[in-house]
Amino acid sequence: MSALVEFQNVNLSYGAQKVLDDVNLSIAPGEIVTIVGPNGSGKSSLLRALIGALKPASGQINHASGLRIGYVPQKLHIDPTLPMTVRRFLSLPLKISDTEAAQALQQAGVSDLGPRQMSRLSGGQFQRVLLARALLHKPQLLLLDEATQGLDQPGSAAFYRHIEKVRDELNCAVLMISHELHVVMSASDRVICLNGHVCCEGKPDVVASAPEYRALFGSGTGGALALYRHDHDHAHGDGCDHDHPHEVAE
Amino acid sequence: MMLDSFLVRAALAGLGVAVAAAPLGCFVVWRRMAYFGDATAHASILGVALALSFNMSIFAGVLVVALVMATTVSTLSGRGYAMDTLLGVLAHSAIAFGLVAVSFLEGVRIDLMAYLFGDILAVGRVDLAVIWGGALLVLALVGWRWQQLLTATVSPDLAHASGIDPKREQLILTIALAVVVAVAIKVVGVLLIAALLIIPAAAARPLSETPERMAAIAAGIGAVSALGGLQLAYAFDTPAGPTIVCVAAGVFALTSLLSLIRD
Repeated sequence: MSALVEFQNVNLSYGAQKVLDDVNLSIAPGEIVTIVGPNGSGKSSLLRALIGALKPASGQINHASGLRIGYVPQKLHIDPTLPMTVRRFLSLPLKISDTEAAQALQQAGVSDLGPRQMSRLSGGQFQRVLLARALLHKPQLLLLDEATQGLDQPGSAAFYRHIEKVRDELNCAVLMISHELHVVMSASDRVICLNGHVCCEGKPDVVASAPEYRALFGSGTGGALALYRHDHDHAHGDGCDHDHPHEVAE
Repeated sequence: MMLDSFLVRAALAGLGVAVAAAPLGCFVVWRRMAYFGDATAHASILGVALALSFNMSIFAGVLVVALVMATTVSTLSGRGYAMDTLLGVLAHSAIAFGLVAVSFLEGVRIDLMAYLFGDILAVGRVDLAVIWGGALLVLALVGWRWQQLLTATVSPDLAHASGIDPKREQLILTIALAVVVAVAIKVVGVLLIAALLIIPAAAARPLSETPERMAAIAAGIGAVSALGGLQLAYAFDTPAGPTIVCVAAGVFALTSLLSLIRD
């Protein structure tokens, strides 16, 4: 099957500042891909370019035709002047039946929130509602931008377990950004290390031991991957060398 | 015939504007565009001057200027100036240029007060047709795009992800706003159009659980204000436009009080 989304030599700038530099990547159906990178490395911009909110200065972003995207943004502020129940929010922009809404909320573990106002939800409830909405129309690609921000550790662990379950049920691809390297990477099929450009990509354990990754995050984070693998905390190199494509890239 | 009475015509004109302004006013409140409405309305005095000097209908002149103003603001926003600064500059310049332009009109004695504060009691049959035509157009436009407008208002990014272009929705709102301003000028005048947009919507907020309810209640409050205001203006011989706005403000005070007590 061909890719759901493909970036070809995508460049993106805010004014004079280059955010994405010649980015190439593709997402295959059903895979879980995580983007890691330091602050300001263009992670969120990449997702926003993918949904069409940012226009690349050059290069192409191709979607599979009729691609259904479920998007969970990093932060969503609903103005208190806008009355919006959870139930009503789920019907944006496509109207859904009460049965569908109840089912979606139940699957997200927030069955009783339907009549509540969005602006009165706690951080965790809000994220679950956002996820429930994103999953309503059976997306082929689910985008999560720091979806566990504001959740405590058990909360975010539960959130990612839920994501894995969702992927298995819907068989959708998941592209996510997270700061919680160890949790996210252990659940990923593929990790893309981004710092304006794609530094390296590959299986989580391979990326974690790549010199480019170590240069960005330090070798200390290798230990965080212990959850996933136990024997990859030795260093391969001593610096970030971007000029050659990393050997582990698929 | 019923329409022969100037009071009936005034009441129908007020109702038409109130109904069209309600859903639009809600978006103005949700999107924090209050000054946007002001700027568009203030610019329309320039439209009046243009209409009189080129012998066009006032409605057409105001519509054109309001559209130009609204699109100018849309394009200039987010380019170095904060929105309120930009609107402050444009709104007040527009009204100043409008007033100066009006003074150049020789041989035409126009009653500026009528355009600044409206002249609802002088609404004729043609005016009535224009007002209701415009109101229905706005309602149709907003009703047709309702879901998309709402999604784009909640979050431009969520809109993008669902294949909705928020810029396009913004343009639709802008056009609807220009139409409402153009039809409302006769009823409340350029200085009070924004009040008619914002006050009923704001008054409806504490009574609403969903956006649709807020729009419907705002329309009800707008209608009550228009009819009540007319009646009071007739009884106490006060200017009709401002009296309508006063009634709306009274309802706002009431519902705000209600929400204070409830919490």
